Amino acid sequence: MKKLLVLSAFAAMLASGTALADTSGKKIAFSNNYAGNSWRQAMLDSYGIVTKKAVDDKVVGAADVFTTADKEVPTQAAQVQNLILQGYDAIVINAASPDALNGAIKQACDAGITVVSFDGTVTEPCAYRVVVDFKDMGKQEVEQMAKFQPKGGNLLEIRGLAGTSIDDAIHAGILEGVAAHPEFKIVGSVTGDWDQTTAQKAVATILPSLPDVVGIVDQGGDGYGAAQAFAAAGKPRPTIIMGNRQDELKWWKEQKEKDGYKTWSASIAPGVSTLAFWVAQQVLDGRKDIPHDLLVPYLAFTQDDFEAALPKIKEGGVATHEYTQEDAIAAIKANIKQ
Amino acid sequence: MLRGLLPALSLALVLIAIAWLNPRAISYFGFNLMLNLAIPIALATIAQMFVIAGNELDLSIGTFVGFVGCVTATWLRDAPLIGVLVLLGSIGVYALLGALIHLRNLPSIVVTLGMSFVWQGLAILVLPKPGGKAPDWLLSIMSFKPPYIPFPILAALIIAAIVHFGLMRTSYGVILRGSGGNAAALRRAGWSLLRTKIVLFALTGLFGVLSGMALIGITTSADANIGNGYTLLSIAGVILGGGEFVGGRVSPIGAVLGALTLALAASPLLTFMHIPPDWQVAANGAILIIVLAARVLISRRER
Repeated sequence: MKKLLVLSAFAAMLASGTALADTSGKKIAFSNNYAGNSWRQAMLDSYGIVTKKAVDDKVVGAADVFTTADKEVPTQAAQVQNLILQGYDAIVINAASPDALNGAIKQACDAGITVVSFDGTVTEPCAYRVVVDFKDMGKQEVEQMAKFQPKGGNLLEIRGLAGTSIDDAIHAGILEGVAAHPEFKIVGSVTGDWDQTTAQKAVATILPSLPDVVGIVDQGGDGYGAAQAFAAAGKPRPTIIMGNRQDELKWWKEQKEKDGYKTWSASIAPGVSTLAFWVAQQVLDGRKDIPHDLLVPYLAFTQDDFEAALPKIKEGGVATHEYTQEDAIAAIKANIKQ
Repeated sequence: MLRGLLPALSLALVLIAIAWLNPRAISYFGFNLMLNLAIPIALATIAQMFVIAGNELDLSIGTFVGFVGCVTATWLRDAPLIGVLVLLGSIGVYALLGALIHLRNLPSIVVTLGMSFVWQGLAILVLPKPGGKAPDWLLSIMSFKPPYIPFPILAALIIAAIVHFGLMRTSYGVILRGSGGNAAALRRAGWSLLRTKIVLFALTGLFGVLSGMALIGITTSADANIGNGYTLLSIAGVILGGGEFVGGRVSPIGAVLGALTLALAASPLLTFMHIPPDWQVAANGAILIIVLAARVLISRRER
């Protein structure tokens, strides 16, 4: 009898022990493939703030950031392999390709390393994915457009970096939205690479060949450039969907003050990197019930609330949100319910 | 003499640095992880070396490797016959490019820069979004675990040995290098320069195909942008390996060693050094410049 009691106590200890595993000695690495735009800079800033505090509070042992020198897949695959050799317990990754890193990701999993991907997620089943519903964001752009331009009309689409899953998903969402709103017609499509300068050049090039455009659906980081191109060409200003960048919201504010210009803004919050970090910490903590695909909402601003957010964004930066451990636990809970 | 040893010397230096920073990396497992992505780089470097041997430069090798990767992950798996034909056809395109460059006396930089966009476009057509899967036989070749010697090292030895024999030890190899060294003398001796150029470009195409296939065998699936970085890496690898831009002076063994050094210096060394993230990209460039500058200094002293 006594033996049984000891055993059950031991079992209870084990059960609680796994849920409260100490992560203070665990090392988490962040593999990042690009740092050259405002979004990525904000992503790294948020990550730095949150992980520094986590290390100081002894929640985790170390949280190091590694950025590759180019945007290339093989460089990042090599980097992941080196992180395996370095003996990290978890790798948080913003991947250069959803599929082409799977070989390296699998090697990491086989070495007992937790891999959490976000933004640029990976399809390897052993990894976790913190996913923003980009397709819904694309669809929502057209829904919002229908509110501002109830009569419908011609739309110009600005695409992101060709060949990426994000560009693909937003584009699919926009097509879905246009299918649901037949009053809109996409009359032109350019590649803006999520970059104001590239977008401005691309829009300026296609503008002379376009009929009148009532709205621009885009992917963020390209709205201000498009506005500049329209202004330079002396064309009437269409409804341009924004992407939470400081220059975009500032332009929006100027236009709103001038003549009550209305639009909508949405993008993935760069601080989602911190959510991925906490998810990795939770997995290392021993939680076994975390779904491998975690859907998190995108960050959107409307006519009423964007001005309040604007002062908080750094010059040339992008609106963000830093997640806490509680946020991560809540997000995991919400996804388990689904 | 020093010049010939330099590629090996720089590789040894980088290896010593890595061993000092992370002793765990110097193991069978470690070499496999650190060097397996160096195999496609070595093959791309060899590809670049052939055009450089003929005093030309190939700015399209990176996107060509990406195109081959996309074909490998799609057609070569689903319809092997079409896949093989497309890959052979692309080698044919390379041969034709060689002929075009020779006959019209065009600068190869311009022609291959143009081709780089063609290959990139074709790659996106074949694989509009990242995905596909490498053929199983390719996966098993690339994950082969030979006893004692890690596979990447074995592969590097084989590649270097075969190309060294072909280009440095056969009589036609001498002719090929001679077409870059002294074209006028070769023509007077009755050799067809058109043919040497076609052969050199076809060899570039062949090794580009091998590079793309090896890359997909490691990454398991493809992405249209996967090879873009290889253009500059391959040129740097040839130069680091003791090659010269003109004069047909190239070294296959040096090129392979150069590619391994680049692969190690760029990624593992940098990761193990724990450089603050803001400086990592710049540090990567600095390492490349230091390694290449050392090579230029030493070869200049020899003159």
